[in-house]
Amino acid sequence: MTIERDRMPGSENLSNTPKIRVLVAKLGLDGHDRGAKVVARILRDAGMEVIYSGLYKTPAQILEAAIQEDVDVIGVSLLSGSHVPLFAALGSLLRDQQADHILLVAGGVIPEQDYDALMNSGVDVIVPQEARSDMIVSAIRDLVDARGRI
Amino acid sequence: MTLVTRNATPKRGIYRPSADLVPKVLAGSRPDIARMISRAEAGYDEASDALAALYRHAGRAHVIGVTGVPGGGKSSLISALIRAYSGDSHKVAVVAVDPSSPYSGGAILGDRIRMGDSAEAQQAFVRSMATRGHLGGLARATLQAVDVLDAAGYSPIFIETVGVGQDEVEVVTAAHTVVVLSPPGLGDDIQAIKAGVMEIADIHVVSKGDKPDAAATASALRGMMSLTPLGRPSEWETPILTLSVATGDGILDLKQCLDSHHAHLVTSGELALRQRSISRTRVLATLNHLLRREFDENTTNLAAHLQAVADRSSDPMTAALALLGLNRMEAKP
Repeated sequence: MTIERDRMPGSENLSNTPKIRVLVAKLGLDGHDRGAKVVARILRDAGMEVIYSGLYKTPAQILEAAIQEDVDVIGVSLLSGSHVPLFAALGSLLRDQQADHILLVAGGVIPEQDYDALMNSGVDVIVPQEARSDMIVSAIRDLVDARGRI
Repeated sequence: MTLVTRNATPKRGIYRPSADLVPKVLAGSRPDIARMISRAEAGYDEASDALAALYRHAGRAHVIGVTGVPGGGKSSLISALIRAYSGDSHKVAVVAVDPSSPYSGGAILGDRIRMGDSAEAQQAFVRSMATRGHLGGLARATLQAVDVLDAAGYSPIFIETVGVGQDEVEVVTAAHTVVVLSPPGLGDDIQAIKAGVMEIADIHVVSKGDKPDAAATASALRGMMSLTPLGRPSEWETPILTLSVATGDGILDLKQCLDSHHAHLVTSGELALRQRSISRTRVLATLNHLLRREFDENTTNLAAHLQAVADRSSDPMTAALALLGLNRMEAKP
C-alpha cells in the first residue's frame, strides 16, 4: 500500500472532491457487529468517511444521526431476522422526512425470499454474505455517482 | 455472484445553492445545518458567501474545547455534559474530530457511538468530522462548523479534538474554554510538568475517577499547578476536578465550573481577548489556505521553482520570495 503524499498529515487535501460519507448502522435487538466493523474498515480503506452508529438503535435514531452527519449512504447490517419490519420503518421515515436522497444498503443475513419486500421499502442495494469487498465499494460509488451532488 | 440492485429509477439528490440554505440554518433546520457543514468541509467556493453571512450571525455561543489522549473519555464526558446542559433547556451541539487515514483518505468516525442514546442527546446536534490531513487536533472546517451551529442558536458548542499526544494545542485558539482530560494510570508527575497540552487547560479533569489511580493523577496535577505560573498571569485559578461518567460523580461540578469560567471570561474582559486571538488564527489560516491554493502544483511557475530547489540551484526561501514577486527579504526593524 502506498501513502498518497497529498493526504499525509500536514498536507491538507485542497481538492474540492467531496468525500463519500456512510453511516454503518445496527438496528434493533442485534448485538453482533463484527461484520459491520469489517465493512466499516473496508469503506475507510476505500477513502470513505464512516460513522458507526453503535448497537441497538431504533430507526428514528438512525434517521436523526444520518441527517446530522449528512451522509450519502446508510448501510444497515442485520442478523436478527427482523429485517423486513425494520427496513420498512426506516424507509418510510426517510421518505416522511424528505431524506430519501440518502441511499440505503442492506447487508447481513437476508434470505432471498425477502429481497422484494426490502426493495419495496426503499432499499437500493442488498449485499449478500458472500459479496467481495470491492463489490460493496464499487456499488456504493456507482450509487452516489448516479444520484449526483446534493 | 452479484449484488442485488433495485430496478427502479435511481435516487436523485436535489441540489440547492448555499445561499438558499442560510435562512433555513438561521431558523434551526437540522438537515440544512448539516448540509451547510458539509459544504464548508468540501471547501466549495460557492459556499463562501453563505458562510460569510452565517459568520456575521454567530458569536453568541460558549465554545468549549475538550482535549486529551485517545481513549481518555472525551466522548463519554461530552455525552454526560449534553445531559447536564439539556436539563437547563440549552440547545447543545458537538463537533467531534477524528483522524483521516494518510493512506486512503478515509476515516472511522466513532465519537458518536457514546453520545447518541438518551432522549436529551436526540435533541443535541452531534457532527463527526475527519481531519482530512489537517494537523493540530482539529479539522480545517471545524470552526466553520461551529459558526454554522452558533448562528443556528446552539450553545454551548463542544469541540472534541482528535486524541492528542503532547503537542496538539490548536484547540486553544479555537475555544473559549479548554478542558484537558487526564485519565489515571498513564504516567508519573514528570508527565504533568511537561510543556504542551498540559499547559493549555482552563479546567483540568481527571477522568475515570472510579479507578484506583485517579487520586494519584489528581495529586500529580495539583503538584504541577501549585507552582506559580510564569508569564501567564490570570485571575482564573485552574481547577482540577476528578469525575466519573460511569457513576455520574463530578459531572455537575464540571458544568458549574464551565459556567463560572464563562462568567469569568465575560467580567474580566478576557473573552474579547480570546475572540481576537481566535480571529487572528483564523484569518492567518485562511490566508495560508488561499496562498496554497494560489500556488497550486499545476501552476507551471511553481513546478519550475520546485525543480530548482530540488536541484539545489535555488533554495526554499528564494523560491518562496520569487513566487510572491519579491527579490529578497525585507529586513524587519
